[in-house]
Amino acid sequence: MANLKEIRTRITSVASTMQITSAMKMVSAAKLKRAQDAITQMRPYAEKLREILVNISSTLEGSAEGVYSQERETKKVLIVAIASNRGLCGAFNANIFKAAEKRIKEYAGKEVQVYAIGKRSADYFTGKHTVFNSNAEIFNDLNYEHVAVMAQEVMDAFVEGQFDKVDIIYNEFKNAATQEVITQQFIPVVADENEAVNVNADYIFEPSKTSIVVDLIPKSLKIQFYKSLLDSHASEHGARMTAMHKATDNAQELKAELKLTYNRQRQAAITNEILEIVGGAEALKQ
Amino acid sequence: MLVEIITPDAKLFEGEVSSIKLPGTNGGFEILNDHAPIISTLTAGEISIVLDKGQKESFEIHGGVIEMQNNKIIVLAD
Repeated sequence: MANLKEIRTRITSVASTMQITSAMKMVSAAKLKRAQDAITQMRPYAEKLREILVNISSTLEGSAEGVYSQERETKKVLIVAIASNRGLCGAFNANIFKAAEKRIKEYAGKEVQVYAIGKRSADYFTGKHTVFNSNAEIFNDLNYEHVAVMAQEVMDAFVEGQFDKVDIIYNEFKNAATQEVITQQFIPVVADENEAVNVNADYIFEPSKTSIVVDLIPKSLKIQFYKSLLDSHASEHGARMTAMHKATDNAQELKAELKLTYNRQRQAAITNEILEIVGGAEALKQ
Repeated sequence: MLVEIITPDAKLFEGEVSSIKLPGTNGGFEILNDHAPIISTLTAGEISIVLDKGQKESFEIHGGVIEMQNNKIIVLAD
């Protein structure tokens, strides 16, 4: 049985761990707020861009044969796995790796490479699969300009024929407590046929419909890439917040339990001492 | 007419204006009230707007696209 001193040390250690986890929860909550704002900020842009694209595509006779919608026989695949730089966020990263492994298995017999985004992702995939490139710095300063450069790199690789298909795997932000792993085909672009078309205006197109579409498709791809990263970023903080909240709760419980044992033991020790004294006094009397 | 200038990171401007000058891919152009619906791509340059009260404002962009419809202009800038 643990002695009093041992229990006391454990209580102190649990209490300080609890302090750390609850501080981390606070930090994540603040970061989540900012990450969430970034997504809300970006959404109208993405929606509007999409709307314009749909508007034009629907009035365009034939499809715009862009370089990014070219369907080729799939031989070489790139999987963009978006995880985080840090751990302690529950199953956030593990879910991505699981989904990626599943996807890689589906592509059995094909040449699969991984673009690992986030330090955890790079650590996991290095040595296990062929890593096309990795980036752990992107989350330090997540803005559109940096992401656009990355997206361009992937898009160029596709155009040059290094890959015939690019998939993205990321955590979509539902709310602070829920994330959903999404596996999405990035390139070639898949046309959404069931998009509601409401062409209610006779637009003037400057310079021409085709050139606008050609111009907008890469832009919308970059936006899509950016959105995945923002989603993942917000999810990460959400996941960490939840994980740390649970950790704090557990620590609280553990601490209460330890405290109970400690008090019980202390009481037992006191009772023992009294017994000894009484016993001693009794012996002296006789 | 109502103008909204948005970038993926932030909303730069929203409000009533009397005219807006844009750097179109085929050269700069200006849009006044009641212009016909237009979609145009933009290149790097400066957007300058004249507010209803006559004040001027300008924004630097790297490119983008503009849509005008029913006196509502949306500029998606980079």
